[in-house]
Amino acid sequence: MAKLESNLKTMVLSLLGVCAVASGLLGYMNKITEGPIAESKLKTKLAAIQQVVPEFNNNPGEEKYTIPSDLGELECFPARKDGQLVGTAISSQTNKGFSGTIVIMVGIKPDGSLINTAVLDHKETPGLGSKMVEPKFREQFMGKNPETDKIKVKKDGGTIDAITAATISSRAYCDAILRAWNAYQKGGKK
Amino acid sequence: MSNVKHFTNGLVKENPTLVLLIGMCPVLAVSTSAFNGIGMGLATTFVLAMSNMVIAMIKNLVPNKVRIPIFVVVIASFVTIVQMVMEAFVPGLYKALGVFVPLIVVNCIILARAEAFAQKNTVMASIMDGLGMGLGFTFALTILGAIREMLGNGSIFNFRFVSADANTILIFILSPGAFIALGYMIAIFNRLKKK
Repeated sequence: MAKLESNLKTMVLSLLGVCAVASGLLGYMNKITEGPIAESKLKTKLAAIQQVVPEFNNNPGEEKYTIPSDLGELECFPARKDGQLVGTAISSQTNKGFSGTIVIMVGIKPDGSLINTAVLDHKETPGLGSKMVEPKFREQFMGKNPETDKIKVKKDGGTIDAITAATISSRAYCDAILRAWNAYQKGGKK
Repeated sequence: MSNVKHFTNGLVKENPTLVLLIGMCPVLAVSTSAFNGIGMGLATTFVLAMSNMVIAMIKNLVPNKVRIPIFVVVIASFVTIVQMVMEAFVPGLYKALGVFVPLIVVNCIILARAEAFAQKNTVMASIMDGLGMGLGFTFALTILGAIREMLGNGSIFNFRFVSADANTILIFILSPGAFIALGYMIAIFNRLKKK
């Protein structure tokens, strides 16, 4: 078959045809991947909740509520064991990172001390800021209460060892934790 | 040229990264670790082979004056499909590569091969060319990622061979290190190729 000539009719029709096929295909792919994507997102969230609160036997996803903060509503997932509140997982974020938003899950005990934290999403420099997902950095926060222990890097007079060559990422991490904690203290307890 | 030759052409003789020097943006930005290099390379290879195939199939239906928009629609559709499938079925890999996948659309290797090769050749030859170019890109990206990860982070494929507190040459993880390492790589590759 000879190559189509470039005139108005062929140009409009061929571009229209290609776009129609492409959008049809994408719509179909979106439909079949929509379910699995939502499922895997929920799974990551549940895994993070399990990491940051003690053992529980309720369904934190069902009891989800939101609390206000300066960066919009934060999602809270209360974890209960036999009806007793053992901790609350709060999904918090910060835009003070080196690049993009850092989203973390913070576990807070009813008395206000930190249980553990987990990283949900970040775009920090691989090899530097990305080290915040490693336990060595995150374990520093375990058991600390922001009321008495300063959740700041040591350079700023706090108690946290910053990640080597990634002070900005470390500061941002502290900022995200404090955002969750402050919002929780202001009226997130349920 | 036989199909085998089309395939090996992209690996060595016209390696997109080390000889043609096209698509350098992802090469420099993504090669911070060997794993990132391999993931980005394979995703690009898939898109390149598929878009080359489709463009070779529809080449006679594409009027010359609107070929670029049509190629871009084809390429962008494949990238979006790769992204959705990855997010749905291999969320681990998607998390590691998430930022880079949409960038494949603007990788000029893909448009360059569509323009320079697929629209003039048969379907089979175009697929082989896409695979060869893609694997050549993967090869260069993985080596560069491995060098930067070893020197800058003291690990290879996330396997650490020095203690986490050791002082590594941090500049190789940062952007200037990418230029330095890539420069040496191109020099050595060209020297070996000449022999």
